[in-house]
Amino acid sequence: MSLADPEVVGFCFRMMKLDFSGLESKAPHFDASNELVGGDGALSAAPSSFQLPITADFDGFQKNAIQMVKPAKGTTTLAFIFKEGVMVAADSRASMGGYISSQSVKKIIEINPYMLGTMAGGAADCQFWHRNLGIKCRLHELANKRRISVTGASKLLANILYSYRGMGLSVGTMIAGWDETGPGLYYVDSEGGRLKGQRFSVGSGSPYAYGVLDSGYRYDMTIEEAAELARRSIYHATFRDAASGGVASVYYVGPNGWKKLSGDDVGELHYHYYPAISSTTEQEMVEAPAA
Amino acid sequence: MECVFGLVGNGFAIVVADTSAVHSILVHKSNEDKIMVLDSHKLVAASGESGDRVQFTEYIQKNVALYQFRNGIPLTTAAAANFTRGELATALRKNPYFVNILMAGYDKETGPSLYYIDYIATLHKLEKGAFGYGAYFSLAMMDRHYHSGMSVEEAIELVDKCILEIRSRLVVAPPNFVIKIVDKDGAREYAWRESVKDTPAPTA
Repeated sequence: MSLADPEVVGFCFRMMKLDFSGLESKAPHFDASNELVGGDGALSAAPSSFQLPITADFDGFQKNAIQMVKPAKGTTTLAFIFKEGVMVAADSRASMGGYISSQSVKKIIEINPYMLGTMAGGAADCQFWHRNLGIKCRLHELANKRRISVTGASKLLANILYSYRGMGLSVGTMIAGWDETGPGLYYVDSEGGRLKGQRFSVGSGSPYAYGVLDSGYRYDMTIEEAAELARRSIYHATFRDAASGGVASVYYVGPNGWKKLSGDDVGELHYHYYPAISSTTEQEMVEAPAA
Repeated sequence: MECVFGLVGNGFAIVVADTSAVHSILVHKSNEDKIMVLDSHKLVAASGESGDRVQFTEYIQKNVALYQFRNGIPLTTAAAANFTRGELATALRKNPYFVNILMAGYDKETGPSLYYIDYIATLHKLEKGAFGYGAYFSLAMMDRHYHSGMSVEEAIELVDKCILEIRSRLVVAPPNFVIKIVDKDGAREYAWRESVKDTPAPTA
């Protein structure tokens, strides 16, 4: 799929040339015999130009074009702290507008054996900066002979994102992990915001996920109960939010690091939660007698 | 939406801030403390974009601490307010911080004071001030019921009047507020006014 396809993009891409004639000097500054400008050298080549889309609002166009190729916009991710540690869950759908570009995206990124990051917003931005954070965390470990705290790691990321604020990054992430102080959970976004909390959900499906999560949450849940709550929250979000779907992955972070607990197709989860019941037919369709 | 206000009483200053962290229609957190204890006798209540708010107030806090380390004496509240204004003013024409600040402090010589600093680097010394949507209500309440030389009890009663008015008249009223106070004994948290608990469980 090319961006220039007007059917897909919806923008008119007939090319227009910028007028650079004002930049050309009318009278040459050099002597005609000068080697540099003499003859039909490179300098006297055709006036340089580049193609621009025909639009009155160029900045707006550029912004829209960037939005158009930014996948993983519609997402549901969640994480919460409970008695035994942190539970992290996400869906796996990537969409580009109305088009589902993938049903198998890994939205939970493994930063190191004790820390996870979630992905919402621009997929590339999230993946790149989480990998970058992973590098910085490992370097901290080598320099200080101890693992970085979740607080520290989330602040590293927040400071980077803050330094790029307003430059088009799109990241909405949760950093969850276990450090010397126990379980940790932070929400970090590309506007530079960083919040410490017990319970977060990020992405277009997050209002739905919050609904299920808030009503079912208790601090003293068992790991099984917490995993089920996380899975169910993601399932209900994918049910209502068209931009979320695929597989509901659930990770748990405890004192011994993270562990993937499950990855269930939300379509199958639907029939698991709400088994199809064959209903009695009230009226049978009968074939009309031939005229 | 954001509500930050404060007032000066007899020998103390009080600042109040909502504690909601909001993204469009979602409340991500309802116990976010937006009042920073700048140093032993100063409070900074800030509203504005979440990233800028935290980054800027921490920057001011660290520089005020640096001044104290270098010179052995703390900045007065007036000096800290003017420094903050200066930093906002230099940033304004480069990469502005979208933060509005109420700075309250107590100095031995001058007593309690309250400074209003907005994101376009306006600086005012006031006896009562407010920012955000809550300002419309809290300013009116304070204009009507404030008088100079209020006691702590009177001031808290007025603060509660403001919070009640915001909760009952503002559509997008935040559920929770934090109240902090600064007097001769230093800057400290006074109370929370919560109508929604963020987590019904013990904090881990």
